[in-house]
Amino acid sequence: MTTLTLKLQPKAPLEGEAITPDNFLGKPAAAIAGLPAMHGNEPALLGDFFQVDGDGSEEIVLVGDLRRVKSIAAGMTRGTVIIQGDAGMHLGAGMRGGEIKVYGNAGDWTGAELAGGKIYIRGNAGHGLGGAYRGSRRGMNRGLIIVDGNAGNEVGAVMRRGVIAVAGNAGDFTGAFMIAGSLIVFGQMGIRAGAGLLRGSIVSLKPAELLPTYRYACTCRPDFLNLIYQKLKREGMSIPDGCATGAYKRYSGDFNRSGKGEILIYDQR
Amino acid sequence: MPCYINGVEILDTYAEAFGMWGSRVIITAVNRKWAHEAAAKMTGFATSVIACRCEGGIEADLEQTPDGRPGVSVLLFAPTKDLLQHQLIDRIGQCVLTCATTACFNGLPSEEQMSVGGQLRFFGDTFQSSKLIDRRRYWRIPVMEGEFLVEDKFGVQRAVAGGNILILGSSATVALEAAELAVEAMRRTHGIILPFPGGIVRSGSKVGSRYKFLKASTNDPFCPSLRGLVSSSLPEEVNSVYEIVIDGLDIGAVEQATRVGIYAACIPGIRRIAAGNYGGNLGKFKIHLHKVLEEGTPA
Repeated sequence: MTTLTLKLQPKAPLEGEAITPDNFLGKPAAAIAGLPAMHGNEPALLGDFFQVDGDGSEEIVLVGDLRRVKSIAAGMTRGTVIIQGDAGMHLGAGMRGGEIKVYGNAGDWTGAELAGGKIYIRGNAGHGLGGAYRGSRRGMNRGLIIVDGNAGNEVGAVMRRGVIAVAGNAGDFTGAFMIAGSLIVFGQMGIRAGAGLLRGSIVSLKPAELLPTYRYACTCRPDFLNLIYQKLKREGMSIPDGCATGAYKRYSGDFNRSGKGEILIYDQR
Repeated sequence: MPCYINGVEILDTYAEAFGMWGSRVIITAVNRKWAHEAAAKMTGFATSVIACRCEGGIEADLEQTPDGRPGVSVLLFAPTKDLLQHQLIDRIGQCVLTCATTACFNGLPSEEQMSVGGQLRFFGDTFQSSKLIDRRRYWRIPVMEGEFLVEDKFGVQRAVAGGNILILGSSATVALEAAELAVEAMRRTHGIILPFPGGIVRSGSKVGSRYKFLKASTNDPFCPSLRGLVSSSLPEEVNSVYEIVIDGLDIGAVEQATRVGIYAACIPGIRRIAAGNYGGNLGKFKIHLHKVLEEGTPA
């Protein structure tokens, strides 16, 4: 296990993309401390801001208020990153494998364009969770993101595959322009959920105001949801009673596009 | 060396079993009743490859299933992978897809996989959709009831079919009682099925016939009513014989089922336990009864 303890709070954003198990593997603590990290527009070293202890294994533990440390574990392909505190923007963006656990909040663009692996956030997440960067053709493409708290706007925007589960509320444009995949919000969704949805499933456990380009289909119990709930349970997420066996109102849409997507609203009756 | 269990002679012979391809299908439903309905239909007319093209049966009730609902596991065996794939598609398509509330999953983690749900999806007539969860694809096929969920690919592996024991009793009543006890014990073995009705065969067959058009015919040396007419394999005091056929995902499971079946069948009134073979020329596997008993305990 390699432990990085924040010893100096960066004054400007610190680019933490060097902090991945792939980069740390096999390196002694001194070599890890010597890895480059841009501090604002000035070159710096990880060791300038972190106390590094450990042996360069596949497990990394980060301790401290890391809200100004960006792109932690971005692009990682294996191993585990545990963050004891809050994490900055772009956490795990583009990661392809491994696991990230955040025992705090995570900033905007967490898991953006994720291509594999798991991110579990015990607190809240910012905007663009699992989403696509501006101009990108697709967002998250495989993998799993779980948020125990709330998430910001554009959760799962242009998502292609994978599962995002938010235990709390999600902001506006949840699942906007989703291509496929599954997005579950146990709390309240903001306005314009599923705008431009091509295919895929958005599930809400609370009533939601839908765009007029959605049409009511039926009230049903989709079996695939059980698979997802079972998976989330295995990952340690608590699933509210009744939602695995309960009924859902199915709305097809967005008819501005193919109409082959769906929003499932838990039937509270 | 003669071998006896509870005074019942175990003949020093062997069962001749064949290589097949096997798969495991998990069927879930809103309750166990509907899971069993689908499983029973799916494994109907699947006693012997001689005429059914495949052999199948219910392996077990499941406590844990992929979707958390009540479920059963079914094993299906066929001589080739292609035949097995066709049988899976036909039987799941006609018996599980059509059955109320069911969903269908692969139960065999195997490197070799074949497309099943990936073929059944076309029933959705372009309205089907899929979910990729933990690297496994599931097809959602819209149906009048709601939606049928079926896994894209099913695992397949080399398997063993045709393991068997013959229970020779002094009467039909006691032979049936012993066979039922054996079936009850054998069904606790993981990875096997007993494909015949109630797990028991009353009409074991031999290869070939006096009729040239027939591939298999009655096993006359073991028919009590033909004693005196043919070269009988039955001692004087035997008046009824039942066979239990065992198909398994591996030879170890078939041997274990053989072992527990023999022990369970040795009750008063049973004269001998034997096994069916074809002189060792046809089957890949020989399950020697004495060796099986020496190698393990009935538990």
